[in-house]
Amino acid sequence: MSGADILFYILAAIILGSGILSVTTRHIFRAAIFLLFSLIGVAGMYFWMQYEFIAAVQIVVYVGGITVLIIFSIFLTQQAGEKLPEQTMGRQLFAALAAFCGFAFSMLHILKHSFSGTSKTATEPTVVNIGNHMLGIEQGGYALPFEVVSILLLAALIGCIVIAVRSKTPTL
Amino acid sequence: MPNPTYILLILLLPLSSFLLMGLFGRSYIKNASGLISTAMLFVATCLAFYVAYGYFFMYGNMQGVYQKLILFDYTWLEFSKGLSINMGILLDPITAMMLVVVTLISLMVHIYSLGYMKGEERFATYYSFLGLFTFSMLGLVVASNIFQMYIFWELVGVSSFLLIGYYFEKPSAVAACKKAFIVTRFADLGFLIGILILSFYAGTLDFNTLVQRLTSPASMALKTAVASSFLGISGLTWGMVLVFVGGAGKSAMFPLHIWLPDAMEGPTPVSALIHAATMVVAGVFLVARLFPVFAISAPGALHVVAYVGVLSALFAAIIACTQTDIKRVLAFSTMSQLGFMMFALGVSTYGGEGGLGYTASMFHLFTHALFKALLFLGAGAVIHLVHSNDIQHMGGLRKQMPITHVTFLIACLAISGVPPFAGFFSKEEILFAAFQHNPTIYWIALLTSGLTAFYMFRLYFSIFWNKSYHSHSEYHGEGGFAMMMPMVLLAVGAAAAGFIPFGKFVSSDGKTLISEFHWQFSIAPVALGIAGILTAMWLYKKQNSKPDTIASSLNAWYKAAYHTFYMDELYLFITKKILFNVVGRPAAWFDKNVVDGMVNATGNTTQTISEKIKGFQSGKVQDYAIYFLAGAIALAVCGMYIWM
Amino acid sequence: MMQPGLYHILFVSAALFFIGVFGFFTRRNLITMLMSVELILNSVNLNFVAFNKYLWADKLDGLFFTIFVIAIAAAEAAIAIAIIINLSRNFQSIDVEKTDEMKF
Repeated sequence: MSGADILFYILAAIILGSGILSVTTRHIFRAAIFLLFSLIGVAGMYFWMQYEFIAAVQIVVYVGGITVLIIFSIFLTQQAGEKLPEQTMGRQLFAALAAFCGFAFSMLHILKHSFSGTSKTATEPTVVNIGNHMLGIEQGGYALPFEVVSILLLAALIGCIVIAVRSKTPTL
Repeated sequence: MPNPTYILLILLLPLSSFLLMGLFGRSYIKNASGLISTAMLFVATCLAFYVAYGYFFMYGNMQGVYQKLILFDYTWLEFSKGLSINMGILLDPITAMMLVVVTLISLMVHIYSLGYMKGEERFATYYSFLGLFTFSMLGLVVASNIFQMYIFWELVGVSSFLLIGYYFEKPSAVAACKKAFIVTRFADLGFLIGILILSFYAGTLDFNTLVQRLTSPASMALKTAVASSFLGISGLTWGMVLVFVGGAGKSAMFPLHIWLPDAMEGPTPVSALIHAATMVVAGVFLVARLFPVFAISAPGALHVVAYVGVLSALFAAIIACTQTDIKRVLAFSTMSQLGFMMFALGVSTYGGEGGLGYTASMFHLFTHALFKALLFLGAGAVIHLVHSNDIQHMGGLRKQMPITHVTFLIACLAISGVPPFAGFFSKEEILFAAFQHNPTIYWIALLTSGLTAFYMFRLYFSIFWNKSYHSHSEYHGEGGFAMMMPMVLLAVGAAAAGFIPFGKFVSSDGKTLISEFHWQFSIAPVALGIAGILTAMWLYKKQNSKPDTIASSLNAWYKAAYHTFYMDELYLFITKKILFNVVGRPAAWFDKNVVDGMVNATGNTTQTISEKIKGFQSGKVQDYAIYFLAGAIALAVCGMYIWM
Repeated sequence: MMQPGLYHILFVSAALFFIGVFGFFTRRNLITMLMSVELILNSVNLNFVAFNKYLWADKLDGLFFTIFVIAIAAAEAAIAIAIIINLSRNFQSIDVEKTDEMKF
């Protein structure tokens, strides 16, 4: 039982605990904060797997961007104060049952399957390697998806503005 | 073999008159439609005379026997080898005679209607219907295939329906045309079943082949037809009786006569054409066409024909003595004369001296067409003047309408069998044929001809003598040239037609039939006829109360005869109380509740199920997400366990 | 307990996924539904990285997939927020039970 193992279990507990609390709490702001903790937990998991770059991206984009965005929208729609209405008990039970069944089914098959890894020499996920592959155009290069995603982000930007703009009321 | 073009033209000219006037008459041709139709029909009449002349005097007679020539044959619908519906033209003596009769009377009616129907709004429609009728009747008489005749038979019924219901604003006219069509259609059911039976035995629908297969002694078809029996009567006799039922419907034999008096709702020229001279003789024509089969192979059916004919004749004559509507008297007179024609066929045998009845019947058909059409046209002229059909409103018209008076008198003398007019010769032959073969029928026929003379002259005296005429409207003359000319022509025909030696041209087997003139025999009928005339003169020439006292002394009988022996009431009872209640209502209930119920149930079930299902589309995205997940899991399970 | 390996991480990611699914079905508020979707996306990312590390260590495909998923998730969250704001203006509420105009 090394420190890494204990760390893993702590991180797993944070992720799952925060996740469950996020989806069951009746205060919306608390849900957002629990989501924040869960995302930080996932970033910690990335660190534990020694993929630091991804962990950094996770914190910067998800925690720093998306969660803040969600909190902004909570304020914009004036939801911060009241308690959230609850779903009917039947629906909750049914959803829980469905989720549990799905989980059990998936775990059953995952555990039955034997995953065999490759025996080639590992490529370290260093920033140099990532950078080379990101903009590379040979086999294993991701220049094209990079460009495509940039266009997609531009489209999303414009789309957001168009959707959320408040239409001017005509003045007489 | 002569060219069929002329006969085809005779048929196509009235048809084109129908199409032309029907499509363009009302809007474009208007008042000229009468003249155009008449002109077309004049050409057709000339062609008919030409064809008849050619047939009788030039090419029809081969080795002394008049041949049945097939001039045109087109296989239309083939059921199997030999059994097909052909459209063709058969030319034999009775066909040639009927071509002349139909076109001539139709031409007379066309000319007469130029005057009688002048000013009618639907003038062109009238002429188109007349054209349709003429075409159908001509098609009927030239038919070479029994099914072709059936098709034209129905067409004639349709034309009659259209023409009787010409004044369709009158509810009585509408009721009458429906009655005519339904009664004749009902009789045609018998005709159709008869056709099916005959074609089943003979294996063919063609007239010549059918007659030959059912009459030649060595034929296999005849043996099977006679051997098979149903309720003790041979199959062939059943077939011939059913065919006769169809003919009886069209020719208004008892008990299928109820439509003929009501058919007088149509315009009077229509009555002259259809219900006197041409359509109603279609039944007689049918029996004559199939006469060899009747006479040789199914004599039982021929007995039925004879008795039905003579009973209808007597029945109609009794009723005609009591009627006060001028057209109804003439309608019952027509029924009576048709009865004469029918029983004349019924007492005839095939070939030689015994075939006198056949020739007499056809001769009477010819002369009857002439004088009955003349009677109706004269009645039309009288109605045109008096504006009423009731003879109690008429009287003393002989001074106002001299031409009508003379022609009407000639026709009445002809129908009463007074020499030397046409009716005498034809009736004398019929009575002689009856006397030779069936004395019972002879005595009944003799009584009927006496009654005929009586009621015809009752009509004549009531119209033209009796009281003096007080006109209720201003006197506008007898009727123009258009109305008088056909009457004069027909009167000439009625006077002179008796001298045609009919036996030379028309006989049951095609050979010449020489019939001597029996002086002694004709004394009795003529004497009886003159006695009838004198009785009518005594009762009706001057206005007196004798007719009323006689009527009241006969009380119940008179009343029954006046109401046509309650036949209409009987039919109404059978249809309303029995057919509608016992057959119609249960069938309607079944249709409304069971059949419609099943269909409605299908609809309702579908609707209920869809109401329940539509809840799935709740519009809530979470519901959709649940369905999505459920589907994904189901697919995964299927994939894992069932497919692998 | 053995050393935490691929199976443990897969356990965690599967659990996170179905927690997100439960939240998506149960929550009545649009913003909380969005948060559940983020949980789902994160579990997928975890999966990708785990497979990359334990099964295909010579390639970096899983890593790049994760990077692009994060980028697209960000864009998607932004657009979802825009839609929620627009919706809240029109319906004066962001209760998802109220947005059922597409029903029968």
